[in-house]
Amino acid sequence: MLQLRYNPCPFFEHRFAPNLLIYYSMTNSISSQQPQRKAVALISGGLDSLLAAKVVQEQGVHVEGINFYTGFCVEGHTHAIRKKDKEKQKRNNALWSAEQLGIKLHIIDISEEYKDIVYNPKHGYGTNLNPCLDCKIYMVNQAQAWADENGFDFIITGEVIGQRPKSQRKETMPIIARESGAEDRLLRPLCAKNLMPSLPEREGWVNREELYDFSGRTRKPQFELAKKFGFEDYAQPAGGCCFLTDANYSAKLADLWEARGERRYELDDIMLLKVGRHIRPKPNFKLIVSREEGENNFLTGYKKEFTSLSTISHGGPLTLLDGTFNKEDIELAARIVARYSGGKSAEKVTIQVENYNGTSFVIEVPPFEANEVKQEWHV
Amino acid sequence: MSKISEQEFNQLEANLRVAHELNCSRLLCPMPVIKTQNALKELAQGDILKVICTDPGTMADIPTWSRINDIEVLGYAEMADHSIQFLLKK
Repeated sequence: MLQLRYNPCPFFEHRFAPNLLIYYSMTNSISSQQPQRKAVALISGGLDSLLAAKVVQEQGVHVEGINFYTGFCVEGHTHAIRKKDKEKQKRNNALWSAEQLGIKLHIIDISEEYKDIVYNPKHGYGTNLNPCLDCKIYMVNQAQAWADENGFDFIITGEVIGQRPKSQRKETMPIIARESGAEDRLLRPLCAKNLMPSLPEREGWVNREELYDFSGRTRKPQFELAKKFGFEDYAQPAGGCCFLTDANYSAKLADLWEARGERRYELDDIMLLKVGRHIRPKPNFKLIVSREEGENNFLTGYKKEFTSLSTISHGGPLTLLDGTFNKEDIELAARIVARYSGGKSAEKVTIQVENYNGTSFVIEVPPFEANEVKQEWHV
Repeated sequence: MSKISEQEFNQLEANLRVAHELNCSRLLCPMPVIKTQNALKELAQGDILKVICTDPGTMADIPTWSRINDIEVLGYAEMADHSIQFLLKK
């Protein structure tokens, strides 16, 4: 179908605009002579990135998706762990988006390099430990490197001015473009009309007139555009895609750093922060107490790396101990575990303590009363 | 191909020459998908990759990733040992 392409030369447009037939014919002829341009779209799994990619794809650009795994991605993990979530539909929304668009998706593991961003973000944290601006800069930078390696012309993101308080503001848009190194090869199709024309617009690779001017926190224009494209059942747009934006999760990470005396984590640490009750009765150790069968199974996989406590006399949760602890600490931990077991009203609960090296012993403890497990112990 | 039984999977595997086996046990999505993607990059066109997972999410994610990246899923099955195994053709 014939499409009106963006004409970078106003004089040309002025001269031929009255005769639309000639204008259509000439612009179509110009566009058909150009090689098909290639863009890589950052696909998070949310609605905005899906729409941004679609808008550019509709203009005849070859689009492929890129998705970054930081270790803090909300996608999948808790669904995989908790039994109560087992019946929920399991779906990686980035893959779902790519399938809707009919594009390839390249998933890149940046979890190791990402640590530096979490430890010391140049632009600081958001409300919690979310380094959103540094994160976006890094991802666009990595997308640019990928584009260079794979012969792609420009980068697409689903950013909308004013949509997010930390990273998607009018002032931060040029910072992301500049510090990522993408410069004007970064196109934000959903709010492009509120920004200076990028290279793809100036070169006529995309038609600026067919891009959008969304701004602010309202989601209405996105919903309307999704409807226009026939997208249904997309991921909840208001939901963040990163655990670091969650206050409870960030509190657990801050507690981990404080206990260790330094900002450091391994991938297993950040997985475990997503699971169970975290209870720190003393600064030197904490308990990770499973809340249900799925978490029990998941924590079982860590028994060779942590000392674990399991109830023998009654049904109860599997608990891992993280940190350093002596015999008294283990007894304290056992009384907490007993409190969360089926024997919480019993006089004594028998608990097996298993060291990560396989040795074990059994202790009998009186369960704590409810008010003895202090509120401030809960991380 | 859709999900098949363990017996069918074993029969299928017996008739194939698996170029590489990838163990993604205990890994949660999307790591099994990333490791599958990276392992396939190292293989030649037509090679067969066997992937062993434990995250039930892979039953949705690996076939979806394969569809959009032109990788053929020859078959996958939930095994008696609770693992989920895939045979993929590049």
